[in-house]
Amino acid sequence: MSDHEYQPKSKAGKWFNDRLPLLTLGAHLTDYPTPKNLNYWWTFGGILTFCLITQIVTGIVLAMHYVAHADLAFGSVEHIMRNVNYGWLIRYIHSNGASMFFLAVYIHIFRSLFYGSYKSPREIIWILGLLIYLLMMAAAFLGYVLPWGQMSFWGATVITNLFSAIPLVGESITTWLWGAYSVDNPTLNRFFSLHYLFPFLILGLVVLHIWALHIPGNNNPVGIDIKKPSKDTVPFHPYITIKDAFALLMFMIIFAGFVFFSPNVLGHSDNYIPANPLVTPAHIVPEWYLLPFYAILRSVPDKLGGVILMFGAIFILFVLPWLDTSKVRSAVFRPIYRQFYWIFVIDVLMLGYMGAMPAEGIYLVLARVGTIYYFLHFLVVIPLVGFFEKTDPIPMSISEPVLSGGAEPSLAKKDNEKI
Amino acid sequence: MSKEEKNANRRDFLFTASYTVGAVGLGAVVWPLIDQMNPDKAQKALATTEVDISQIEPGKSITVLWRGKPVFLKRRTEEEIAEARAVRMDDLPDPQKDEERVKEGKDEWLVMLGVCTHLGCVPLKDKGDYNGWFCPCHGSHYDVSGRVRKGPAPTNMEIPKFEFVDNNTIKIG
Repeated sequence: MSDHEYQPKSKAGKWFNDRLPLLTLGAHLTDYPTPKNLNYWWTFGGILTFCLITQIVTGIVLAMHYVAHADLAFGSVEHIMRNVNYGWLIRYIHSNGASMFFLAVYIHIFRSLFYGSYKSPREIIWILGLLIYLLMMAAAFLGYVLPWGQMSFWGATVITNLFSAIPLVGESITTWLWGAYSVDNPTLNRFFSLHYLFPFLILGLVVLHIWALHIPGNNNPVGIDIKKPSKDTVPFHPYITIKDAFALLMFMIIFAGFVFFSPNVLGHSDNYIPANPLVTPAHIVPEWYLLPFYAILRSVPDKLGGVILMFGAIFILFVLPWLDTSKVRSAVFRPIYRQFYWIFVIDVLMLGYMGAMPAEGIYLVLARVGTIYYFLHFLVVIPLVGFFEKTDPIPMSISEPVLSGGAEPSLAKKDNEKI
Repeated sequence: MSKEEKNANRRDFLFTASYTVGAVGLGAVVWPLIDQMNPDKAQKALATTEVDISQIEPGKSITVLWRGKPVFLKRRTEEEIAEARAVRMDDLPDPQKDEERVKEGKDEWLVMLGVCTHLGCVPLKDKGDYNGWFCPCHGSHYDVSGRVRKGPAPTNMEIPKFEFVDNNTIKIG
């Protein structure tokens, strides 16, 4: 990288940069050599940054009108919807923005899983990303409690009660989380405080995530190490910025579609009923982005076991870089893993569907099958496939199959098909 | 040589002592920040509730709020008591006699927290496979004594501390 040689042109710029090298950072971000074959699955990093900023900006505005009190919260949200200028728009952007954020993050994660972006030397990027994902789930849950509707209240009750499954100290931990003997006003108050905090923690982790990314540089669809800068790379600006901007515009069309045409389709109508500690809604479900984990929780007929498996489903992702025994990153060159990858995608989607259905009969059976397969995928399939699979030959560089006609013509063809 | 060794030991002692004092100080500062989240005095002050039970007919129940949680007060019929006592202990995931869940001589009154021991939802009355309660959230079934019979709930519904102030009043807490 040519960062070290960067010199601002103006005298003032040089004076400033000698004292705080922000301009060097800017030049690094602009020139950052990026693989030239990045496809549209690589645009979700930028989209996610947009989502985070959108949530922070709309959230700060909503906090100017919202009241975090058990007696007033529900009314203050309706006040935002009816009285505050453009309050309906800002709240709908914020509530649908959470769903859009998760949609983008799931695509981003599954992109990593397909192209092996979590593998050496990118393990820390992967782990930082998972920490961001965990904080996102926490922030989304905390935020969902704030309107103090029936789903808010009972969602908070069920999720905080997960901690009561911990032997010995469980009850004390839930009481401590509540600040009362049930979900009550102190709970709402602290949830608001933490909901305001978490996005900034996420922002800090995003900086580390990008910093860690800029050490090895981007993975790419072919999944090979490339020389930087070289004929395999392009500068981040304008090549990637313009591609990211186009993808972001497409994404915003979908986002706006939800906000303006069906702002409540992803929510639950019960949350427009004020919280009532005496009545549990007949069918309580979490938001769609938590459904696969909810299905795993319910598939275990034991309280502690269900909680352990649910958290295990997330934490197993942290050790994925060490469970994967294959040295080949991209699934493009892994004919067996590629098939298991798609089975896994279907498994997660099925678990999500089961999480939305009542936990009985065939749904429960399928949820159990899905749960078992989820863990088999990570604990058995991934280690074994990496060991036994015969991978396709890998090109020496991104340009090779194109420029030299390919040392391996069959390979060049395969490449074109997939990318 | 021996002097250097001595100095090193003295320095080690100073390091250890400083870290220890620092850790104690840090703990002393962190504890208030953690403990402030526990229930405050106002929450603790709501610890008892008195309920008038004179209007409850046999076979009926009412629900009252105690410490933000629902409490079921059910006046059971003779048949229901008999049914609860006929259950074999082997059939219970959390074996407990019905006699242990009521006050002696006041067998018709079942007073318990209306909170599912799985994840805290409020079970629905007169539902489920055992003539008692059914939790809609994750499908736990409770019998007429509030004991778990089926589903993910690990224990029976909790009996809070309560007493009969007189024949018509129960004090919970």
